Parts: sequence; structure tokens; C-alpha cells
Amino acid sequence: MRYLPLTDADRRLMLERIGVNSVDDLFVDVPASARLPGPLPTLPKHLAEFEVERIIGGLAAKNLSAGACPSFLGAGAYRHHVPASVDQLLLRGEFLTSYTPYQPEVSQGTLQSLFEFQTQVALLTGMEVANASMYDGATACAEAVMMANRITRRGKALVSGGLHPHYREVIQTMADSTGFAVQALPPNFRTFGLGNRIMVEHNGIEFDSLNAALRGSGNKLWQNETGYRKSCWTKINRELKKTGTSTHSGFTFHLNLKIEEIAENIDKETACVVVQNPDFFGRLHDFTALAEICQSNGTLLVVVVTEVVSLGLIKPPGAMGADIVVAEGQGIGNALGFGGPHVGLFACKEKYVRQMPGRLCGQTVDADGRRGYVLTLSTREQHIRREKATSNICTNSGLCALAFTIHLSLLGEEGLTRLAELNHAMASTFADMIAQVPGCRVLNESFFNEFTVELPFSAAALVDKMTKVPILAGVPVSRLYPDNPELENLILVAVTELNQIQEMETFVQLLKV
Amino acid sequence: MNQQGRPTRPTGGNVISTQNGHGMAEPLIFEQGQEERCGVDIPPIPEFRERLGGLRREGKIGLPGLSEPQVIRHYTRLSQKNFSIDGNFYPLGSCTMKHNPRLNEKLARLPGLADLHPLQPVSTVQGALELIDLLAHWLKTLTGMPAVAMPQAAGAHGEFCGMAAIKAALVARGETRTRVLAPESAHGTNPATAAALGFVVETLPANAEGRVDLDVFKAKLGPDVAAIMLTNPNTCGLFERDMIEIAEAVHAVGAYFYCDGANFNAIVGRVRPADLGVDAMHINLHKTFSTPHGGGGPGAGPVVLTEELARFAPLPYVVRDDKGFRLVEHAKDAKESIGRLKGFHGQMGMFVRALAYMLSHGTDGLWQVSGDAVLNANYILASLKDVMTASYAGPCMHEALFDDRFLKDTGVTTLDFAKALLDEGFHPMTMYFPLVVHGAMLIEPTETESRETLDGFIAVMRGLAEQAQSGNVELFHEAPRLTPLRRLDETLAARRPVLKWTKGQPK
Repeated sequence: MRYLPLTDADRRLMLERIGVNSVDDLFVDVPASARLPGPLPTLPKHLAEFEVERIIGGLAAKNLSAGACPSFLGAGAYRHHVPASVDQLLLRGEFLTSYTPYQPEVSQGTLQSLFEFQTQVALLTGMEVANASMYDGATACAEAVMMANRITRRGKALVSGGLHPHYREVIQTMADSTGFAVQALPPNFRTFGLGNRIMVEHNGIEFDSLNAALRGSGNKLWQNETGYRKSCWTKINRELKKTGTSTHSGFTFHLNLKIEEIAENIDKETACVVVQNPDFFGRLHDFTALAEICQSNGTLLVVVVTEVVSLGLIKPPGAMGADIVVAEGQGIGNALGFGGPHVGLFACKEKYVRQMPGRLCGQTVDADGRRGYVLTLSTREQHIRREKATSNICTNSGLCALAFTIHLSLLGEEGLTRLAELNHAMASTFADMIAQVPGCRVLNESFFNEFTVELPFSAAALVDKMTKVPILAGVPVSRLYPDNPELENLILVAVTELNQIQEMETFVQLLKV
Repeated sequence: MNQQGRPTRPTGGNVISTQNGHGMAEPLIFEQGQEERCGVDIPPIPEFRERLGGLRREGKIGLPGLSEPQVIRHYTRLSQKNFSIDGNFYPLGSCTMKHNPRLNEKLARLPGLADLHPLQPVSTVQGALELIDLLAHWLKTLTGMPAVAMPQAAGAHGEFCGMAAIKAALVARGETRTRVLAPESAHGTNPATAAALGFVVETLPANAEGRVDLDVFKAKLGPDVAAIMLTNPNTCGLFERDMIEIAEAVHAVGAYFYCDGANFNAIVGRVRPADLGVDAMHINLHKTFSTPHGGGGPGAGPVVLTEELARFAPLPYVVRDDKGFRLVEHAKDAKESIGRLKGFHGQMGMFVRALAYMLSHGTDGLWQVSGDAVLNANYILASLKDVMTASYAGPCMHEALFDDRFLKDTGVTTLDFAKALLDEGFHPMTMYFPLVVHGAMLIEPTETESRETLDGFIAVMRGLAEQAQSGNVELFHEAPRLTPLRRLDETLAARRPVLKWTKGQPK
């Protein structure tokens, strides 16, 4: 057995020193009724390395890997290119086979890279502090909600309909099990507006000057729907006069109820509001105004990012006034991996640091005055505080966080912004192509690299058809929102730097048939 | 001095660079970058219509720019400051630092497993679902339990899953039970988990033999007890002899038995927790089943469950019908489920590694694994108990517990002893845990260490014990001297937290 160094001679000699006759004698404390007489006969015996490869390789061969065909899947996991050097470094045994850095003198490699990770996460999210990672974006999100409960001493989370359903469900599980309330707003997919901007189209062209006119009108816009519409129409009429247009015909009025709807539901029990950017349907939002409303109510704003590459191009949540930002970091450095392991990013305002869950790495000096790093503020954590800990979390997602840090170090400022720009460019091009297909409608006014298409038929049927090609066409919204007839025809389509124009052309051709 | 008359320890000295020889002071990535450098090449960006809705980022992010060779060197140098299982013996108690086979890594990277999107049509991921099902079969067979919940990302996450299922079962019975019993030797995650679920945690003291005090336990049992959370083998490295009796007593009052399976490595393949009366138990795939610890994760924490608790298992789970494998993902299809615990389906990458490990060992190999793990620990116990103070009489299971009585009046603490071990090239044992003995030193060798390695370690431990007892206090107080950095000021770190690099910050 290749992983076991002891020989029978070793074992005999060791038993002799211990003073027993057999290994079985060392198991005397196990009740006899629970001791098996020998290896379980119902499982197979040990195998050679190539035999194991054959079995697991055979299982792998039964799958259609996303890299083996055009793939447009997103919805919280994104297929980006990971440079070869990331994995080469991860495979270094010093990183791969070390434990949690509890002995800092011989763990500076892990600790310094965690310190770099925390810095990168803080920079990307625009927040003051970040921790050393969580299991994934969804669990980080639930932890953020529970942290908000602790800080505000309130017990209700208000969850936007734009939040990824898995994230909402994890919050719900934690709420049901630990005892807080969740008010989840429905998936408001018809209002594809832009934060506190008002979308007005004239014959399909965005009436952008209006937005400029509306900027600065402050918080009063979302008092109620009637008042909102009224104030908008007043401004529209003013704009119409300015531009010399005298008729309302041809105008489509997209009222963004999202923020209004959220704001209306905030009350004195609301510990936090959880929103996502880009949201589950791919829409972009400016949550600045919402942050102000939250703040005036003593409610924390939790902003979720499920596609971390978007932060290379989009205004970060910190600049919008978020109190806590959580993100799924998989998109940088980590494979899709059928959904795990991924890596949760967790950042917040510095004043809340002692309420954070998870490990934190901090800078200090050693006995000779040299700079070094240690795990710190561990009095928040379960191994010290036990039942009074901020969270029961122990393990972080160390190696995935390291992959994130190495990949982001390779990208740097220029690489990340260009990568994000390329993603957006490709997605925008694809959206234009799809919009030309009769019967198909791109619902988003705004997006990063993923958008929602309304098809003239069931999205699941399209996915089935495309799978036969094979093309992994996208995620039918019904996969995450089952049994909702309104959503049957919606498909989420994601595009990254790994997609090619020819793939998009094939997709569009098939869509037309 | 060695035989050639040269000093055996470095005497230090001045060097021109700031690198400290091969101790290698390494600047942060942020202190190395130049904006115009980049470690990736991005193709030209085609013409496009911007649809960012006016939300384009303003200003710089502040990330440094480095070329690929610089990044490789930086992280290679950082890696060299790490102690690892690959590098040397890592007897960290209760952490099961066993060898991480490289076959596992190779297989986890197969595109047919690593390059799968979690929301692909299930018809395109039949092999992945079969793999999860096969791993589940192994876990169920090895534990004798009828069901297993797979998605949890770590041991503590598994604890939450199991205890939430227990809470749900109580609710389904129409009962409100408030108390959870946990021994004082328990991992911190046990009380933290129970408290998160709203239970009041009551500590069970250990008896003189390092096990649950049966009388105190029985006195604490009552109709308001929801569960006991017990680690077995426990964190003193001992098997809870009375486990079956404890289980029967727990069940007699209508409560549940949660077993912390962190130490499953001691009994894997030899003892099935089902035969001990367990209702739920998590298994750390990163301990018993050799998935790498990776400097603190990722882990995976499947939870085996009784038939009764299986109804409450989290989403999603794999089922097989005449059309093949499929995923049950929604509450509407599993009305009693506690719900979803993480995004997507679980730690697939860890599943592949754990299955590769199981298939490699087979049932005969796993029998040998637990046997050798226990043998190695007892060998250490037997070889050190005359010079160090063993907390409890053997035999132990997979780890040997010592306390600091042998250091009494020497001026050397457990911490000093651990730091001296660093200078000897070994990773220290777990210190000051469990809390049931003073100055705990918990040594877990695992089965993947050779007798020669153990002998080397034993010789060093004996030597250090003698040094401490003979009054060579300096050796300990100055330790570690041969590590990249020496004792770090943890008080300073906590008092004035510096949690990220900022521009202009002193180096």
C-alpha cells in the first residue's frame, strides 16, 4: 500500500515497545460489539494508481466539460481563463499541504499571501477591511446578514428580488435554523431599470439627458409610485419642451421600482437590506441612494457580487456606501469545479471589524523587530470564544483564496480592467446579435457580462436543443425559479473572454430556427 | 561545534542585501509593482456599445502590475517560508496531517470534473453525479449509516447541518428542547454551532480518565435536552468507552446523539459509528480522507444521518431513477429539508480527491490506515511517557496527549517547548488544547509517517525534555532561532489591527 510506510517488521517492533501483542489490543476501549472482525467485505480492495485513474477517468468521460463546447453559463459561476502559473504555484507542497497558520514563525507564506488577499479584496470592493475568506459567496452572504443582526441588534433581513436564489435560500436556512426573519421580495424581472435613474426610451433610443436632469433630485423620488411617476412626467415634459418634441407618443417609460420597493419595506426591525450588483438577471444598479435610506434608518446595506471580474469595470459597492460587501471570488483564479470549492470574499467598514466572522490576518513585528503577519482578533472566533463566537466557521477557503490572489497579482490594474472590458465588449456584441433575432428580446438596459433574454418559447427547451449540438446555451431562469410560468421563457446568458464570435453566430443561427 | 570544528549554529553576520540570506525578507506584492507591467496578455477589445448604465468605475483600483516571472518568484519565495507535510513531520493533534496523495490532485483537475458548470443540464453531468453517489456509498458503508448529506463545505458547516436537522426533527415532533450537552474537551466549533442554533450549551466535565463523566452526564440529562455533541475518539485521543451507554441514555430521554467525526481517522474501516448509536456525524474529508489542508481550507464536511434525520437533509442531493442520476434542488420537492446550506452542490473538487483516496486504499487499506494511525500514536506515547507527563494511561487512539507537569518549575512553558521544536525542524504538536489538562501537548502522528521519522521525533522530544529539566531555559526562551521570523507579537497585532497594506505604510 503505497501511502503506508510501516512494514510488518516495524509494526512488530513498535508493538513490542508499547507492550501489547497486536494492533487489535490497542482498540480495547471500543466496545466489542462495535469492533468489526476485519475489513468490510462489501467494499472493494485497494487499487493501483492506474486502476483508480481508470475508474475516476471513466466517470469524468461521462460528462460534457464546459471547455469542450461553446458555453454561455453563468448565474453565479463563471468560466474564465486561469493562467497556467496559478495552478503550478498552488501545487507547491508548501502551500498545498500546510495547515491553518497557527505557528506564524513557519507559516509566513500563507499569512503574507492572506494579507495580500485581504488588501486586494478591500481594494476591489472599495471597502476598508476584508477577512481571509469564507466558504463561498452564498455562505458569506448569510454570515453578513447574521453580522448585521448582531451590529443592529435587530432581527429582520430584507432581501432584494435581484439576489441570486441560492444566496436567498442559504439566508432562509440560517433564518429558519437560528431564528431571524427574512422578507424576500419577488424576482422583479420586468423592471429592468438602473438604480435611481429613470429610464426613458423614445422609439427605442434611451433618452439619456433626462437622467442628467433627474440626478441630484435626491431621496424624494421614491416616496410612492404615484408621486414618483408624477414627478417623472413633470420632468419629462420639461425635457420635451427643451428638445422641441411636442408629443408623448413613442415613449416607453421604465419605472425602476426596485429601490422604491425596497425602501418602502424598510422598517425599524430591518437589520439589513441585501442587494446584488450586477443582480441575478444581470442588471446594474447604483445603490448610493439606497445606502442613504438605509443609513437614516440604522439599517446596514449588504451588497453581493457573484461575478467578481465585474469589479474591474463597475463602480465598487464601497463607493455606493455599502456597509458589508460579500462576493463569490471563483471568477478569479478558480475553476468552475461543478460548483465547489469556491471562495467567499467578505469586506466591511472598519468600525464593524470586531463583529466579522472568520479568520483575519494582521501585520505585526517579530522578536527582532522584523515585519511579519499573524492570525489576529481571534477572540471573535470559535476556538477561543466557543459558544460566544461571532460564527461557528473555522476553515476558510485558503487555497482558493491563494489562487485568487495569484491570479489577481498576474492581472494587476491593467490586466483586470482590460479583462473586464473585454468581457463586457463580448457580451454587448452578443446582446446586439440576439436582439436581431425575431421574437427574442434582451431585457436588460444594463449589464456587465451576463443578461436575460426573453424567448418566444421555453428556455429549458432551447437548452435541451442546444445541448444536442453541443452548446451549453445558458441557464434557464426556471432552473432556479421552478414552477413560475412568468419566468419559463427567460434565459440567462453569460459571455466571458473565453467565448468566440463564431460561437455566438452559431448560437444565433440556432436561435432563429 | 561539530567534528570539523565549525560552529553548528549560524552565528549571524552582516550581508549587503536586505534578504537575510535564505530567510528571504519578501516585500508585499503591492511594494513590487509598476503600473505598466502586466502578467497576462489580453487580446484587443472589439468595438462595442457600452451598457454599463453610467456605472463605470471611476479612478484606479490600486492593484500593482507585475510580470509573470515576478509573480512566480514572489509566491515561490513565500511558499518557502511555509512548513508543510511534504517538508517534514507535522504532528498537529486533532488535525490529521497525513500525506496528501498527488493522484488526488491529478484526478481533481481532469477537465471532465474540474471544468463543469454546476448548472449544466443534468444529462451532461451524469458522471459527476455518479461520482457523488459513489462517494456517498463509501461514506454510508464505512459508517453504517443509511444516509449522507454531501454539500457542506467544512467540519463546522457539517456540524451546523447535523444539528439543524436535529432541531428540525424536534420541531416536527412538536417539541421545544433548549439544552445541548458537550464535553469540555470538545472542539470550539461544537458549542459555537449549538449556540448559533439557539441552544443553551452545557459543558460536561471530564472524569479522571479523560472521558465523559457518566454520572454527571446522566444527572444533566432530562426531557429538555435536545442532543449531546460528542467527539469520538475524543480530543484527549481516547475512545469514549461508554459511548453505547451514553447513546442509549440520550435516546431514552428522546434526545439525539451528534458525533463530531473529526477524529474518524482512528477508527475508519474498523468501527462503524452506527454501531455506537450515532444519529448524525460529520466527516472532515480534509482529515480522514486526505484532501489537502491548503493552508486552511477548502474543506468538506459530509454528514451521515439516520433514516429519521435524513428527511431533513439539506438541498441539493443526488437521486437515481430509471433515467439516471438527477439532483433534487428545490424545497418543493423536499418539503421537510432544512434547506440550502451553500451555493450549488458541494465541494466537488474535494469529493474527487476523497474518492481517489478511498479507492486507492480499498477496504483492506483503510483497515490498515486506522491500525497504523493508532499504532504510531501509541508508539509515541510509549516512547515519551517516561520523560514527559502523559495525561492519561494508554492505550490511546490516533493521538497522544501530554500536559506540562514535566515542565513544572523549569521555567519552560508548553509554548516555549513548541517553539524549540521548530528549531529542530518539526512542526509543533497542538498546544493548549484540549482545555481539560494544563498546558496540553496533543501529538497526532497519522499513519503516513515511517518508524524512522517517529524515532527521529522521539529522540528530539526526549532531548528537549532533558534540556528543560536540566535547566537550559535559554534554549527555550530564545526559540525559535532558525525560522524565517522569530516569535511574533500577537498582542500588538490585536491591539492595533493592521489588516491590509496601504500606500505609504512603513515596511
